[in-house]
Order: sequence, then structure tokens, then C-alpha cells
Amino acid sequence: MTPRRPLALAIAVVALVGGCAGPAVTGAPSNPPVEQSTAPEASQATAADSVATYRAYIEMNTDLLVTRTKAFAAAVEAGKLAEAKTLYAPAREPYEAIEPVAETFGDLDPEIDSRINDVPAGGTFTGFHRIEEALWSKNSTAGMTPIARKLVTDVTQLQALVKTVDLDPATIANGAVGLLNEVSASKITGEEDRYSHTDLWDLEANVIGAQAAWTAIKPLVVSRAPDLATTIDQGFSAVLDALQPFQKGDGYVLFTTLTPTDTQTLSQLIDALADPLSQVAAIVVTAQ
Amino acid sequence: MTGGPAISRRRLLAGGLAAGAGLAVGGLGGYGFARESQAVDLQAVVEPFYGPHQAGIATAAQARIQFAAFNVLTSRRDELRVLLRSWTSAAALMTAGEPVGNPAGDPNAPPSDTGEALGLGPARLTLTFGFGPSLFGGSGPDRFGLAAQRPAALADLPQFAHDELDPTVSNGDLCVQACAEDPQVAFHAIRELARIGRGTVAVRWSQLGFGRTSSTTAAQVTPRNLQGFLDGTNNVHGDDEPTMDASVWVAPSDDPAWMAGGTYLVSRRIRMRIEAWDRASLGDQEATIGRDKQTGAPLTGSAEHDTVDLTRVGADGKPVIPLSAHIRLAAPATNGGIRILRRGYSFTDGIDGQTGQLNGGLFFVCFQRDPRTGFVPIQTRLAASDALNEYIVHVGSGLFAVPPGTAAGGYVGETLFG
Repeated sequence: MTPRRPLALAIAVVALVGGCAGPAVTGAPSNPPVEQSTAPEASQATAADSVATYRAYIEMNTDLLVTRTKAFAAAVEAGKLAEAKTLYAPAREPYEAIEPVAETFGDLDPEIDSRINDVPAGGTFTGFHRIEEALWSKNSTAGMTPIARKLVTDVTQLQALVKTVDLDPATIANGAVGLLNEVSASKITGEEDRYSHTDLWDLEANVIGAQAAWTAIKPLVVSRAPDLATTIDQGFSAVLDALQPFQKGDGYVLFTTLTPTDTQTLSQLIDALADPLSQVAAIVVTAQ
Repeated sequence: MTGGPAISRRRLLAGGLAAGAGLAVGGLGGYGFARESQAVDLQAVVEPFYGPHQAGIATAAQARIQFAAFNVLTSRRDELRVLLRSWTSAAALMTAGEPVGNPAGDPNAPPSDTGEALGLGPARLTLTFGFGPSLFGGSGPDRFGLAAQRPAALADLPQFAHDELDPTVSNGDLCVQACAEDPQVAFHAIRELARIGRGTVAVRWSQLGFGRTSSTTAAQVTPRNLQGFLDGTNNVHGDDEPTMDASVWVAPSDDPAWMAGGTYLVSRRIRMRIEAWDRASLGDQEATIGRDKQTGAPLTGSAEHDTVDLTRVGADGKPVIPLSAHIRLAAPATNGGIRILRRGYSFTDGIDGQTGQLNGGLFFVCFQRDPRTGFVPIQTRLAASDALNEYIVHVGSGLFAVPPGTAAGGYVGETLFG
């Protein structure tokens, strides 16, 4: 497989070493997450290992989210328009990698990640996309300081809350499917980042996050459904390979450069991966 | 000009489906020969056009819908009145199974009926007309001097959370709902009305629907929607007159007087994220809806019409019908007793060119006495919390004042246009 762009690997990824849930991180460009995982012997694999592994992944990503969001918010507050635009997409990546977990905390996800049409009449538009609108549509950071500060507060709260989240292998499996559904619903249509058109950053983060979830539970699956595990691994590779041509510099080309054929191809590869992945929850439930 | 009596077409149809199919392959093909006897019966049934209320509301839901919204091109009120008279005459003919003109007249002139519904029978066709906010000026100019007569209940719908409305499949000055047992009969009706109105009105958007998703009388079996669930179990029934009077028909004491006997129609084109739904586990699907997929029973019961018990708590200490379940949030008990008459249909419009995914879902239509106390509060609650939101998105919207019905010699809209 072709090396991943460095930025993608800055999203924390997980290495499983001999069934021990050590949250070792991340990566070299030549080591995509799925290939750096070393599944433990099936007999040793336990649900507790999977949960610990994925929990570590979530916590690493929320740490990264706080760090990057603070830098992004600082640029916004300082009125550094170009810098803020550069930091926007990378700041979102760790969030997009673990979004289903964030969604379990009621209002936090809408506060952080609502798109303008998600907000009902009379509601307040906040979060990343509120700032995105200002940076790209208005080419300005004016009035964004309170929004940026609230965003930092919200992601910091998320960082604390994820330590309390209840996880089990089936939830992790369904979360991985949920991430791919996110791709189908809003990334592949260009609706997520409608001002900046940086949707492909989010899309890749969704896929990498789903892959990390899969990697955490895969040891519970390989002995029971080896063919399914292979199909899923191949599905992730196919999606990530299909994204490769759109990489540009440290990131991606703008969504607006994709043709309908490009988006259809990506969308159908996502569906082809998500369907077998949706079979996993029933298998890991039986495994417990 | 109106051709022979309906019975001759009925004989034609009953005498051999091949004859009918020769004229209209698509229409009869939709029923298939397996349902021949039922199809023949339904094709011959007339739904009365005239009456105190327009048909197509309390009427037992037919199998198909063709819905169209129109922009009014003229700014002359008298032209609009003439159009409504012409539409009423045409609707009275077509709902009786008659052509609107002569499909085989002067060889040098275009036929005055387009012909594709010949021999298909009335097929329970109903035509229901409505007026959108923009006809009364709305946010634009008051082209017809109607602003003062705009009902307060015809207030623009608010932006609901997660709406992704496409203006090209939303709103409109006028609407016509054509429902029939035969899709070609419904299509023909809209086509003729558009043809008759050409130059005065233009179709803004239209929607073809199949597989009614609500039962609207106690006798109708509850159908399934494209998510595979029974839909419309606790609907208002059109033959339940006390509930219709309380919840659906505008009362003579309501404002404005011209709407007495009318109702308000809200349409929502709801795209289903079908691929995502299909990979949701059965347990998730049932928790999302709040019903058993097979039987349609609420999760607190064992048969479809068992009581939806919103208070029951399971062994795990959580509500048996989850707090975000669709039937909990849509239930009258959750909405201060509000009831609306749902009359939606499934739709599919091929694939989405951007994603290659199925472009289908629910074309939701509902009727109520006042949307401000009907659809709006219910949808506000659903948009905020419904677990189903993960699998659907509202992409089109329409709001129309549906005036009362008319008698022979009158026209639909006469209470407004005089």
C-alpha cells in the first residue's frame, strides 16, 4: 500500500501488542494503522483487551483534539486568518475519528460540530462550523473570539467525559459502522465543510477512526469469522487506496474538485466496507 | 365530448386486461396479473368529487400518489379564478373516469385529452387542491390582493433541526394531490391539469409515490414503509368523524371563514438513508422505531394495536420504549394530545448521482386543522431527539391551505376568489 500522508497519521492510531492493551501510538508514514496492529492469539483475546485498547485510542484523540483546537482557537482570537484556515481541518480530524463516542454526550456534539442547517429556528449556531463560515464565507475572524473560547471549553469537557464512557465490543463495532455512515451521509456530499470544502480531511478521519475501532475488536473476530475479518481488512485498504489520488501536500484537494464519478466510487467503496463491518457486532456479542 | 359512460370502460377493462394493457402498459403492469381481480374492482370505483370537504383527505388512502406544486405565472386574479374553474371541471370529469376532452377529434388539432388514461377507469382518483403561502404574498409581492385573507394558520414552517431543504422540491403557490389506485390515472390527472394551466401556471416540482404508508380508515390494513416497518398504526381515520372535526377540518368558528370545511396540508420529502438503515441491527432498528419489526407491536406489547405504554421500565431500569424512539416522540401522549391525519407514500427516484445510493424514502403528507398546533410542534420534537434522524433527512417541504369542497356548478377555491 502506498504510504499515507503524514497528517493522517497524526491522528492517534493503535498498536496491539500480544493482547496487551498498551496504548502505543502512532505512526510512521509507512505504517498504516491496520498493518501495524499485531493481533494476539485468538485464544488470548478478551473483550476487556478490546475495550482497553479502544479507550486508549479515544483518550489519545481527545487529547490531540484539545491541543489542536487550542492552537486553532488562538489563531482565531488573534485574528490570524490564514493561520486559522490552515489549522481548521487538522483540528477537526481527531474529533471526526471518534465522533460516535462524542455523540453519546447529549448536547456536546451539536455544540461542537453542528452544521448551520442542524440548528433549529431560534437556536444558536456554535462550534467548528460557525467559525468555518466566518473564515471562508466572510473571510474574517470578527466576532469569533467567544465562539472559539466556547469551542475550547467544549472539547476540554469532552476530553474529561470520554474517560467515563461505557464501552463494550459491540458498541465499538457499531461505532465503526456509524463512522462510515457519517461518510455516506455528509462527507461524500460536501455538506460537512460547505464553506472550506475540506470534507476529505474529515472523511479520511472517519475511515481511520473506524479502522482503529475495528483493529481493537478484530482479535475477537478472527478466530470466529476469519473470512469476514479479511474482507473488512481489504475493504479498509480499498477505501484508503481510493483516497490516495486526492492527497495534496499535507492534506487533500478541495471537495469541489471531485467529480460525481469520484464521489460515487468512494461512496460505494464505503458501503462495500460498512456492510460486512455491520456483521461484526453480532459476532463479538456471541464471543463474550 | 365526455365519451361513453364509465361502465363501457369498465367492461372494456373487465373484458380483457390485454385491451387495457394495450392502451396503457405501465398502468396495468403496476398491478400485475396476480392481483387481477382486485385491480379490476378498484379500477372501476369512483370517489365522489363534490362535497363539503375536498376528497383525498378522509378518503381511504389509495395505492398511488402524484403530487404537484405549481408556480402561478400570471399576476391577474381573474385569470387565476378562470383556471380554478377549469381545473374543477376537469377534476370532476377525471375523477368520474371521463376524459377531459376528445382524444380522437379533429385530425388537424391536438387531441383535447392526452389519452393515456383511456380505458383505465376512475381507479378511485381524487384530486385535492391547495394554496401556498406565496399565493397570499408570503415574503414576496401581494400579486393577487390576497394578503389580508391569508390564514394565520398558514404561517411559514420554521427551520427544523437538520433540515436540508432543497428549494427546487419545496413550496409552491398551488398544489394538487392526485391519488388513485393506478399510477397512470394519477399521472394523467396531473398532466392534464398542467396542460390546461399552461401559461397561467407551471409545475414547480412533483412527486410520484407508491405503497401508501398510512391506513386512513379502520378497515385498511396498516402498510409497511421502505424501512420495513408498519407505518400509520395509530393514524387518525377518515371515517372517525369526531376526530376529523376536532383535529383535521377547519371549523366554521375558526378564522378565516373561507377556510371552513377545509384543512391544512404539510408535505415533506423525507429521504431515507437506506444503505445505512439496512446495516443497522434488528435491535437497533426496533429501538429506533419503538416497535417490533415483524408484528408492528409496540415494544411494550405483542400485537400491532396493543397500547403503547410509554411509562413501562425494563429490568435494566430503562424505559422499554426508548426516550428517543420514534413512536414515543410522535405519540399524541407526548404532544399534548395532538393528532394529525397522515397520508404519505413511499417514493424512489432512482439513484443519487453524487453517492450512487438509492434515492428513496417517504413522501410524507399530513392534514390538520392548524399546523401551528399540529405538524410544527410534533416535528420540532422529532427533529430535536428522534433516533430515526440518523437514518433520514428532510429534503423537501410544502405547506398549503386546502379550501373546502364544492358542489356541482361551483369551483374549488370559490370561498376565497368569490
